[in-house]
Amino acid sequence: MKRLILVFILVLPITALASSGGVDLQTANNNLHDKKSLQRGAGLFVNYCMGCHSLQYMRYQRMGDDLGIPTEVLEKNLMFSAEKVGELMTISMKKADAEKWFGVAPPDLSVIARARGVDWLYTYLLSFYLDSKRAIGINNQVFKDVGMPHVLWKLQGWQVPAPEEASAEGHGHQGAGLVLKNRAQMDEKKHHESVNGYRRDVRDLVNFLAYVGEPMQLERRVIGKWVIFFLVIFLIVAYALKKEYWRDIH
Amino acid sequence: MKALLTAGLEWIDARFPLTKMWNEHLAQYYAPKNFNFWYYFGSLALLVLVIQIVTGIFLTMNYKPDSALAFASVEYIMRDVEWGWLIRYMHSTGASFFFIVVYLHILRGMMYGSYKKPRELIWIFGMFIYFCLMAEAFMGYLLPWGQMSYWGAQVIISLFSAIPAIGEDLSTWIRGDYVIADATLNRFFALHVVAVPVALLGLVVMHIIALHEVGSNNPDGVEIKKVKGPDGKPLDGIPFHPYYTVKDIVGVAVFGIIFSFVVFFTPEMGGYFLEPPNFVPADPMKTPAHIAPVWYFTPFYAMLRAVPSKLGGVIVMGLAIFVLFILPWIDRTPIKSVRYRGLLFKFALFIFIISFIILSWLGTQPATQTLTRLAQVFTILYFGYFVFLGVMSFISPNWDNVKPVPERVTS
Repeated sequence: MKRLILVFILVLPITALASSGGVDLQTANNNLHDKKSLQRGAGLFVNYCMGCHSLQYMRYQRMGDDLGIPTEVLEKNLMFSAEKVGELMTISMKKADAEKWFGVAPPDLSVIARARGVDWLYTYLLSFYLDSKRAIGINNQVFKDVGMPHVLWKLQGWQVPAPEEASAEGHGHQGAGLVLKNRAQMDEKKHHESVNGYRRDVRDLVNFLAYVGEPMQLERRVIGKWVIFFLVIFLIVAYALKKEYWRDIH
Repeated sequence: MKALLTAGLEWIDARFPLTKMWNEHLAQYYAPKNFNFWYYFGSLALLVLVIQIVTGIFLTMNYKPDSALAFASVEYIMRDVEWGWLIRYMHSTGASFFFIVVYLHILRGMMYGSYKKPRELIWIFGMFIYFCLMAEAFMGYLLPWGQMSYWGAQVIISLFSAIPAIGEDLSTWIRGDYVIADATLNRFFALHVVAVPVALLGLVVMHIIALHEVGSNNPDGVEIKKVKGPDGKPLDGIPFHPYYTVKDIVGVAVFGIIFSFVVFFTPEMGGYFLEPPNFVPADPMKTPAHIAPVWYFTPFYAMLRAVPSKLGGVIVMGLAIFVLFILPWIDRTPIKSVRYRGLLFKFALFIFIISFIILSWLGTQPATQTLTRLAQVFTILYFGYFVFLGVMSFISPNWDNVKPVPERVTS
């Protein structure tokens, strides 16, 4: 019986792997050129995510260099378990333990933005809500019956499914059809600040993950412009040469 | 200095036919002067082959063909190897561009009747190249060891199990295990890096030797060797070098711009060149909800799914490729070029091209009932092209004799 339950827990999240739970994805609108946003995202990641999720193909130093974080700041504020800046951003949690605790081992997130896309990650992190039907007490609209707890609840607060008449208001602010549990206690301004503050945090985090997915992506575009510029010049010369040779044919 | 070079060349020529080969294949190889846009893709295919071999060599220096290390080694190449990202993107983009170029090259052959007498062997060697290329791409796609690598290979290799009696044993033998596993990855690496490239190179040499033996076809489909000047050279022919070497360099530049645009700005090509699920490491315990092969296999994948029985699907898929091999003996009309063939042929070719494009789109989509129905229709139309040409030729070999073919090339 125990085995059966375990199998059930293991299989459940798999069925939802490729779906977005029928929820329309919101646009992340992240900007890879925004260094401040990437830095904040890095900070959020090491503080909130890295307890469970590694970035095992990423090196601290590379991150520091690319995001403009000085080595001292890197060592003091962003490296909790590593000793040298050249190390990979791994975690100490064992896979077997993680599977025992969460049902599935939290995946490495090095290339998660390339697998899922930024919009999926963005909407996913906005869409946690309280669900008394589940043992862990929360659920997610994008990733139904996910094993991950709402780690960012301190930043967002708890959400609940919106009552029918209020769902229109919820849409476009947080997860579709969700409202903050303590919405009634907030005035309009405070609610607005709270919602927008969390959206900014998630955007920064997703932006950081997009960067980590392919650290070269900004540089490659710059190099690409030069390569194509060269090839256009080359094309002009090659075409002139061809014309010169072919004069005696036509 | 010049005397020294001449003496050096004479020394070599006495021992190796360097000047002779240079003349036979370049400086005194007479190609028709009326090659158009479609004739760039032969030399471009050769260029992509070189790109794939050179980038492939550098990739193997850091790639690890081990199911526990493969995925990580690709990310290592992308991040820690100097210019590794460029080498990898050139290789992954090159794979897709190889098929784009080869499909256009094949289409050129079909339009201008380049498969017809006396070029049947060039066509057959070419089809073997295409076949090897598919094997090469299929095995290469397993190497990154992502979810699509794994499950794509699982689906395709399991097709062999549809063969009666020996199927199950055969697919186990190919995999070296009961599922895709480390043994499969290792042998695919060996085949992808050594065996198939060697075969490919040999076939390419044969393709070109056969071409230079009979001479190139052209958009008018007339034989330039029939009309020769007093010096014995074809009147409508020009030496390949320098005329077509300088012309092909223009093609290389244009190709380079398009290729670089993809490599530097959109290497994933919207999920068609690098599929998003392939950024999740292979996991034998998790089957992705939707398994689609890379775009260049999707026409055949759509045909496979269009047939209700698995064995039937495999047979149809195999026939779809086999029928291309025997095209020279299906289409018996002596007129080569589409320019001098009738409306019926033009219409049939158009339907064939459309069917191929729609089938490749259908292969990327989940198989719903409507889409499967569509795939069945376009599979029939794909084969319909060959049946039509075969039946018409059987009734009368000269059925398509509507327009007079000129003696000489037109432009």
